[in-house]
Amino acid sequence: MTTDELRDVVLDALTRIAPETDPATLGPGEDLRDELDLDSMDELNLITALCQRLRIDIPEGDYPQLRTLDGAVAYLERRVSAATA
Amino acid sequence: MPSLGSGMDVGRILEWYVQPGDEVERGQIVALVETDKANIDVEIFTDGVIAELLVEAGVKVPVGTPLARLADLGTEVATPAAKEGQPAVEPAAEVPAPTSLVTSPIVRRLAERTGVDLHAVHGTGRGGVITRHDVEEAAAAQRPTPPAPAAPAGDGHRASPYARRLAAERGLDLSEVAGSGPGGAVLAEDVEAAATTGVRPSPAAGPPPARTAPGEVAAPPAAAATTAPADTGPATDRGQAMRQAIARAMERSNREIPHYHLGETIDIESTLGWLAEVNADRPPAERLLSAVLFIKATALALRRSSDLNGYWVDGAFHPGDGIHVGVAINLRRGGLLAPAIRNADERSLDELMAALKDLVERTRAGGLRGSELTDPTITVSNLGDSGVDTIQGVITPPQVAFVGVGRITPRPWAVDGMLAVRRTVYLGLSADHRASDGHRGARVLTAIADHLRRPETL
Amino acid sequence: MTATDATTRPTPETVRMTLREAHKQSLRAALDHDERVFLMGEDIGAYGGCFAVTMGLLDEYGPERIRDTPLSEIAIVGTAIGAAMNGMRPIAEIMTCNFSLLAMDQIINNAATLLHMSGGQFNVPVVIRTTAGAGRQLAAQHSHSFEPYFAHVPGIRVVSLATHADARGVLAPALEDPDPVILFEYPRLMTMEAEVPVDPDIVDLSSAAIRRPGSDVTVVTYGATQHTVLDAAEALAADGIDAEVIDLRSLRPLDDATVFASVARTHRAVVVEEAWRTVGLGAEVAARIAEEAFYDLDAPVARIGCAEVPLPYAKHLEDAAIPQVESIVAEVRRVMHRG
Repeated sequence: MTTDELRDVVLDALTRIAPETDPATLGPGEDLRDELDLDSMDELNLITALCQRLRIDIPEGDYPQLRTLDGAVAYLERRVSAATA
Repeated sequence: MPSLGSGMDVGRILEWYVQPGDEVERGQIVALVETDKANIDVEIFTDGVIAELLVEAGVKVPVGTPLARLADLGTEVATPAAKEGQPAVEPAAEVPAPTSLVTSPIVRRLAERTGVDLHAVHGTGRGGVITRHDVEEAAAAQRPTPPAPAAPAGDGHRASPYARRLAAERGLDLSEVAGSGPGGAVLAEDVEAAATTGVRPSPAAGPPPARTAPGEVAAPPAAAATTAPADTGPATDRGQAMRQAIARAMERSNREIPHYHLGETIDIESTLGWLAEVNADRPPAERLLSAVLFIKATALALRRSSDLNGYWVDGAFHPGDGIHVGVAINLRRGGLLAPAIRNADERSLDELMAALKDLVERTRAGGLRGSELTDPTITVSNLGDSGVDTIQGVITPPQVAFVGVGRITPRPWAVDGMLAVRRTVYLGLSADHRASDGHRGARVLTAIADHLRRPETL
Repeated sequence: MTATDATTRPTPETVRMTLREAHKQSLRAALDHDERVFLMGEDIGAYGGCFAVTMGLLDEYGPERIRDTPLSEIAIVGTAIGAAMNGMRPIAEIMTCNFSLLAMDQIINNAATLLHMSGGQFNVPVVIRTTAGAGRQLAAQHSHSFEPYFAHVPGIRVVSLATHADARGVLAPALEDPDPVILFEYPRLMTMEAEVPVDPDIVDLSSAAIRRPGSDVTVVTYGATQHTVLDAAEALAADGIDAEVIDLRSLRPLDDATVFASVARTHRAVVVEEAWRTVGLGAEVAARIAEEAFYDLDAPVARIGCAEVPLPYAKHLEDAAIPQVESIVAEVRRVMHRG
């Protein structure tokens, strides 16, 4: 899966949780929780959605690595390639 | 139109889930109602048959307006499909205005004496008015059958109109309410007192609230569909209305409730370690959030301190009929709601997590049940998610306490005589000084902290 | 002046005045504002008015605009109606409403009907000032409250002026109204003083005013009696009963929406007036509450009015006949079921 595809997967999941998400204005390095007003339930729903969509596991300890758009994409790239390797 | 939370004056029927002729049982969801704050599923308060819908979908009416007419189970109800025959007992549906059941006192007395249900009498007088002759004919036609149960107007109980309205809204039987007014008349305050001291029939089944309605599957999509247009156009109206509703409740709180505030910062390092271990073996969908620990700890702490769990109504404290924790859930467009997790103390952490997920989803997407907004006996707010350390909360009347949870944050902490960095959290308790004193409040707060420190007790 | 200065509102300058002075100032403002305005009535010129409201106006505006009339109420009102129909803006004064009965034919059969009878061709923009109420030992021919008689009649507007703000803010919109307006003033309040803004605000002619917000019971009243009701409300507050006091102000049309909204909050209503109870404004208000707010009521609507007698001269009997703080407190307590 390409970086762009992964980015689309993340944005799609975010849009379901926070419908007003605008991919055009979402800063790649911004903290998603601040930017989109996500609470811990939203964060859990995001992680759950990503895990189900990509068929991977994301341990709780790794949540902080997914707190920006770029961070999430980079993390998922590593996980997906590890899973398929 | 039931009152679905303090500060609600009007509501709009968005959708009916039942039609005339449908049998309904108590607790069943019958309609979706739009209030200033949310779209809410309305449950029916008693078993029966829907005889007539009095308010069409799309219409906004004041709280207290009758929405539908219910008949006893087994009553023949003329549905739009089967409206033939029986001229004498044809329903009053053909009277021009659905609410204008116009009768004189003489006619009503006659109907009462002869056991005729006036709603089922076809009026032949001017403008559909029911005459004495109509009642006599109806009485003759139904003579073999036993007298119908008396209409509300003739139930033989003295009660003020407002008390009757309140009783109907709360699904109370007036005959069970002791009247304190002139000649033993039931006044509004008697109904309020009865409603909070447990005469109130609590929703049929125990926890978890079973969603047995036929609208179960249809409700969330329907709610989403009806919310969408409302949210795009008059979103600001809804936002302002929500603001107004919160303003009314909070004004009342600050005006009427003498708050006292207590707070304590506690070390929850080991509890969070325990939680991480629990979650480590689970897929994300089954993981627990720390929020459920706070909800459970609060619920357990209240078991021994009932004077913080309940309502202050008309100058007296009325303990809750269970520990129903209202969970403050902010809405993405602003505003918040605090629906209840009923009997939170009796639920496992997994059950609480499932209930919380369900509540958050339904609060934000629509589909809350009316009772969920009026049930809470205490409110818990987890503002720590927004990154603040402490909260001094405002109590939602008529509740008497509020527990606020701050941000989980590492702090230097003395442990066994040594300085360590531990994750800590601030617990704030706001309580109504009319219902409890600081000493009792402190005991509750300490008990919450104790439960949090020993997660195996949760 | 800086931008911040411009946004800070200065505290409005205030001045202390009697209600009599407030009435006079609004008459003066009307005379200054519109040259079609003139005053006519018994003893309003040289004598300065029976209650001294027009004192000095003759010197200021001259006999063309401050016109003393013969002692004939029917002539005063009839002339005023004719002048109004022909483009003037007369303010006719009838010393007390007890004498207004002599002008009833002109008011009801002409002023109130001509717009209707002329198929909309003739408005009658006349303003009639008169007074009502007891409390000054003037006995049965000078003390009655006839507001309900006029409030009964379609085609006229009836307003009662018992506060400084209303005395100063109602006359201008009354003169602008194209139809007849009857203004009730209250002799026993004329010397009442208050601190008021130098520049008066315009008052909405057709609205009631909540004089005291409260949550336990709605007390509806009008005219001079509202001050007695407000005193009673304070006494009740000391007793833990929070009464909302509504001054109807506009007696026709009635601003019943304000009353219904209040009853929806308090669930109890008491109507207090100085006119006789039977077929009074209190009866009308109580009936409307029963019609429109029945399911908000937690107690029957109660009414207090004048005892059903011609008003006595003797002080103690006059006091006993009209609503007093004690009788209002007792009735409200009864309605609150705190007998």
